[in-house]
Parts: sequence; structure tokens; C-alpha cells
Amino acid sequence: MYDFELVKPSSVADAAAALGDEDAQALSGGQTLIPTMKQRLAMPSKLVSLAGIEEMQGVAVSAVGGIRIGAATTHATVAKEVAGSYPALAALADGIGDPAVRNRGTIGGSLANNDPSACYPCGTLASGATINTNKRAIAADDFFVGLFETALEEGEIITSVDFPTPSAANYQKFDQPASRFALVGVMVAKFDDGVRVAVTGASESGVFRWSEAEAALNGNFSADAVAGLSVSADGLISDMHGSADYRAHLVGVLTMRAVAAC
Amino acid sequence: MSFNLKINGETRRVDADGDTPLLWALRDELGLTGTKFGCGVASCGACTVYLDGLPTRSCVTPIDSIDGEEITTIDGLSGKASAAIRQAWTEMQVPQCGYCQSGQIMAASALLAETPKPTDEDIDGAMEGNVCRCATYHRIRAAIHRAAEIQEG
Repeated sequence: MYDFELVKPSSVADAAAALGDEDAQALSGGQTLIPTMKQRLAMPSKLVSLAGIEEMQGVAVSAVGGIRIGAATTHATVAKEVAGSYPALAALADGIGDPAVRNRGTIGGSLANNDPSACYPCGTLASGATINTNKRAIAADDFFVGLFETALEEGEIITSVDFPTPSAANYQKFDQPASRFALVGVMVAKFDDGVRVAVTGASESGVFRWSEAEAALNGNFSADAVAGLSVSADGLISDMHGSADYRAHLVGVLTMRAVAAC
Repeated sequence: MSFNLKINGETRRVDADGDTPLLWALRDELGLTGTKFGCGVASCGACTVYLDGLPTRSCVTPIDSIDGEEITTIDGLSGKASAAIRQAWTEMQVPQCGYCQSGQIMAASALLAETPKPTDEDIDGAMEGNVCRCATYHRIRAAIHRAAEIQEG
């Protein structure tokens, strides 16, 4: 194993202080970071575990609508806890990776990593969620900056995520069966003030909103409304698992499926 | 450094660095070699153990990140679901080379304990993190259905 020091603070403030050290890196569920370190793609000398911070755990469903999920809450817990209040988000969490990943991996870890094929960035952006950190609240629209890149500053820690609950929503994931990430994933969420459509697994710049589909669905919320639309293959991921053209095609198909399932 | 880990109902002392993966503490320090090293990067499931009953990959779990959780390995696996799984595995001769099978049995037993009558979809969902190079997947699926019958009695 790559040699590192692990510290386990019990408060966000202590974690933030520990992250002030050079080469320190936050560790949440470790389902991406530890394998990455084993492959020497990351070499932090110190890991600051966020798993033991009580205030970052758990799910709270507000009586007036809206859900707050602690950043260190595992996918398995989210899948169970929001099954009644936000079924589409529960289904998304329940489809991440495999059981072992869902038992350790966390929402905060997934968002901070911002893998271009991850599910949570898609669910967060489609929901118009707010990402709370130890310094500020960041709207999902401003949070995802690019490939593995977010608005988080050095040492800034996601503490929780606030989800408004849509009147209808669905996440369609086209599995990449080897990695268990999304080859392409689309989440459609319908709110009183409009429809939001987010796409993961497709763009080289990471998760994005498909504004043309949103406009069409705001006029007519049916699969037919987006049937004639397509995204450009320019800037889409092309790899051994699927070409950019194929991914562009999937975005349209999955959007229609998501709308039909709403 | 020294760590006290609760493994298979006993407290075991391990003298190792905190960043040591649990898998190596189990295999090299404690001689519990039932848990296998497959890929080392959380991609194959061969190293699956339970932390407080939840399937977890021991190859990416530093021992210092374990906070008093009960660790269960294939060596200490017990209970109705796992007994049914073992019987079905033997009856249907599931393993070929067998290397991945302790991880498969851990994942399958966890599924059966939580979902006594799993569908094909439940099985595929619960087992998708466990890779088998001999491709015994069809026998694994059939044996889990058989184990559900055995468990039901």
C-alpha cells in the first residue's frame, strides 16, 4: 500500500484545520480515492477521514418539502432513507456501483470528485440542489465546473446537500457494465417552476444541463416533445465503450425514457 | 502501531501501520486466508468481508478507518442464509477454479439474509460487483435460487 497518514477528526472544524497541511486530502468513503492511490494516480501524504463526523451523517426530510443529506451519508443509506420522499433519487443511489461501493461510498465524495460518468452529479444538477460547505452554499448550477473539477476551494469540505423535491422525476442510467458507471445517464426532474434535464457520462466537460430539452418539456411534458431533438456529438466522450455519436444518440433516447417513466 | 479489531466474534490485535488494508491484516498478520486478493483496486469483489454485516471491500479499507465495526470474514460466516448458500453451492457444484468464491459467497449470503426470495434482477444487482473469471455466473444465480428454497425449508 502507498504510505500515508490517516487522521480522523470528529468535527468539520478539525477536519478543515487538518486539511490545511500540505499534501493533505479529504477521504470520505474511499471507493475512488483508495484505488486511485493504489494505482499511484494520486499520492497524498495525509488523508483526513470525514467518516467520523457526526454532523455530516444522515438524511433529514423537512415537513415543508426538501431533503437535507449529510455529505458523509452512504449511497445505501440514501437509497433507503429517501425511498418515500424522493424515489427517483433513491433509485439513482441504489444503482451506483455495487453493494460494497454503496455501503461505503458517500454523496459528498461523489460530488467532490465529479467523475464525468458519475450518477450523483447528474441527480444533484437535475434537482437544482444546493451544496453546503464549511464556508458557503453553492448552487448545483455553479458547482460542477468541468472534468473532475468543482467550485470547491482548496481545503473546502462539503457538509450537506439540500434537495428540493420535484413533483415527478426519473433517472435513466445506461450501464457501462465493467465499471458500473453510467455510459450515459439522464435525469429529468419536473418542478412547479420548470423542468430540469441533466446528463452524465456524455460530455468531456462532465455533467451538463440539456437546455433545449428543458425548453421543449416546459411547453409539453411528453416524450414526443423531445423526440426531434438531438445533442451535438462535438465535445462528447468517445472511447472503447462508445463513440461520441453513440453517446449523443443515447442522450436523446434516455431523455425520452426518463420523461415517459415520470 | 497496534490495532484491536473485532473479527468473527473475537478481538484480535494487529501490529501494523494504520494505512494497511484490512485484507493484508487478515491474510498476512492473522492468517485468515479465506479472504482472497483479486485486483487490489476495488474492482473484483474477491476480498469481500462484512463490516457490521454490510459487504465491504477489504482491499481498500485501511485498518485505521475501521471504527469498532464487527468484521466478518468467510472463515467466520454463520447463520441461516449462509448455511443455505453453502449447501446450494455444494449441491450445484458452483465453483470451477474457486478463487473468487469466498467473495461470491459473502455477497450471496448478504443478499439472501436481506432478501429471502430474490428475483434474477435482485441477484444480478447484488452480485454485479463480484467478478468470476471462470464465468460461473449462471450457476451462481441458479444456486442462489436453490438456497432460497433451502432457507425457506
